[in-house]
Amino acid sequence: MSHIENTETHNQSLISRLQSFIKNGNGNIVRLLTAVIVIFTLLSMARPETFLTIRNMQSMAFQASEIGILTIAIMVTMLSGGIDLAIVSTASLSGIIAGMILTSMVPPESSTGTVALGLVLAILAALIIGVVCGAFSGYLVAVWEMPAILATLGTSLLYKGLGTAITGGVTVFGITESQFIGNGEVLGIPFPLILLLIVSIITGIILSRTRFGINLYMLGTNPTAARFSGIDNRRVLIYSYIISGVLSAIAGIIILGRTNAMNVDFGASYVLLAILIAVLGDVDPYGGSGNVIGVLLALVAMQFLSTGFNMLLYKSSGANFFKEFAWGALLIIVLIVNHFSDKRSTMRIS
Amino acid sequence: MFRQLFRKHEFFIGLILIVISLTIGLINPRFFSLANVFSLLRSATIMGIFSMGVLIVLISGGIDVSFTGIAIFSMYTTVSLLVARDFQGSILLPFIISGLLGLILGLINGVIIGVFKLPTLIVTLGTLSLYRGAMLFFVGSNYYNQAELPVAIKEFARASVFTVETSSGKTGLHPTFFILAFLGFIVWYVLKYTMLGRSFYAMGGDRESAERAGFNILRTQLIIYGFAGLLSGIGGMIVGALFRQANPFSIVGTELDIIAATVLGGASIAGGRGSVIGTLLGVVLITIAKNSLVLLGIPSEWQRVIVGFFILLGTAIPMVQSLVVQRRLAMQRDEIPVTS
Repeated sequence: MSHIENTETHNQSLISRLQSFIKNGNGNIVRLLTAVIVIFTLLSMARPETFLTIRNMQSMAFQASEIGILTIAIMVTMLSGGIDLAIVSTASLSGIIAGMILTSMVPPESSTGTVALGLVLAILAALIIGVVCGAFSGYLVAVWEMPAILATLGTSLLYKGLGTAITGGVTVFGITESQFIGNGEVLGIPFPLILLLIVSIITGIILSRTRFGINLYMLGTNPTAARFSGIDNRRVLIYSYIISGVLSAIAGIIILGRTNAMNVDFGASYVLLAILIAVLGDVDPYGGSGNVIGVLLALVAMQFLSTGFNMLLYKSSGANFFKEFAWGALLIIVLIVNHFSDKRSTMRIS
Repeated sequence: MFRQLFRKHEFFIGLILIVISLTIGLINPRFFSLANVFSLLRSATIMGIFSMGVLIVLISGGIDVSFTGIAIFSMYTTVSLLVARDFQGSILLPFIISGLLGLILGLINGVIIGVFKLPTLIVTLGTLSLYRGAMLFFVGSNYYNQAELPVAIKEFARASVFTVETSSGKTGLHPTFFILAFLGFIVWYVLKYTMLGRSFYAMGGDRESAERAGFNILRTQLIIYGFAGLLSGIGGMIVGALFRQANPFSIVGTELDIIAATVLGGASIAGGRGSVIGTLLGVVLITIAKNSLVLLGIPSEWQRVIVGFFILLGTAIPMVQSLVVQRRLAMQRDEIPVTS
């Protein structure tokens, strides 16, 4: 008898703990986790022979990593209430520079030393390009007080244009050794996935455990209040765009490694996807709320969906067209659902 | 007088336009040939019609990137419908169908943005993908070439108001130029002399104040996005007619150039600013940047750099002007003698 009572109280405490977890603003994480599990179960039941294979899991991880890093990049700027539309241009410009350094510095059949030096220099150069691109966008937004949308639209065209001008519009290639970054595996785990996890952990720590992170959330919630509480808004804004630029550059290096080629027009649809995943992961487009865990869960859900569409529509050539339609519809639906759930949570507070 | 002119954004854009035109014309006199002017006007007309919708959206404090999706959806769906029915009637019907489709899609944007109070950039990015994806998946993704198009559209493509003989053949001013002139006049009149126009500026200036002053924000947004959709539908049909083909993969991708032109013309999502004249000047400037810088010997790869630079320039000029005004005010404040 007492034993049964014990389990009951234990269960209740679990439920109440879950309730308090949800109340503490983690409702979206539970919601997303449920979505991920449901989609996973459905696909596993529908196509176990193709979906539930290690090969498929690996190929999904390869696809999701670069877009995941780009989403974290755009998320950091969305937290401030802005947006960085130049993520893809920054990624391709960095990839182009890295590719050009690699091909010019490391001729075929070079010694290991030259290869290593070339790789280090190329990656460094790409990261520096990321910092500069991000800092310039951030400077325009913070110091010139340009609307983030217009400033980053301008810089995205500018960076893309620079990429076109430098390459003359042709594709830049990488070298065999750089392919490890995009295609390599460590103990069966795709290397880009490892990079994504490292990026997520570092960004998560920066956002939740440092002064800059707290300031960024405050700035996004209420810029005036942030200023009056002594926060240097301009500096916080510029830093957020620099982080976005650096992360974009990392994504650029991964893309160069995976495809072994870089072109200015690569990944034009990635901006929409990154925004979609961020919004799906409950990042508030008006700023002030959102976190890395939400984004990662949304990323997994999206990747499952994308693979699912490919599997179900493999007979028709329209899978990509259908995805374009579905992503648009999904974005609108999620925005509307979030609108109502936000309303409910504000009502609960009042 | 001069100081007043100096404060006008249009003055700067006009000045840049004149300087660039004269430079190009001096280096390469072909720039001022009637054939070149007509061909520039042709490209500028298409951009100009889209830009009128973009202008109103920007003035109201929003941004619309879905208009190219609306344009291609309306045009391609209309052509598919007409070709399937072996349409033989006049050019009016294609324009009416395409315009109506555009109006409906624009109103969908307006409802999503207005009713749920959602950020315009993200919503229209979503609907851009939604509309184009729906067209490619449900309507079709095949290309209609000139031979397959309805007769009326082909005839419309050949229409010309002034015809000039040149060495490379006949060229002329296309009547769509007058469609733009007419639309431009209407938008100018609405913005300058009607309460509706006031409501656009009021919303862009400060949404909260506009609402308290009694403007119906939802109704205004429905009108704005519906009108932008209608223009996109008409503009899409013009693109289809002028290029004599219905290519489902065209138009989308040019939205940034058109937004750039409108921003360059002085419209800003931040402050309820923007005018028809400025926008049209911006459109001509971007058209020249895209088509004629080659005449100066600037390689075409630099085109995008220049368009990106123009967006930033367009956003920066008002910022510099307001800085100058602030400084002047500060100086005036310092000059006031302290009496007590």
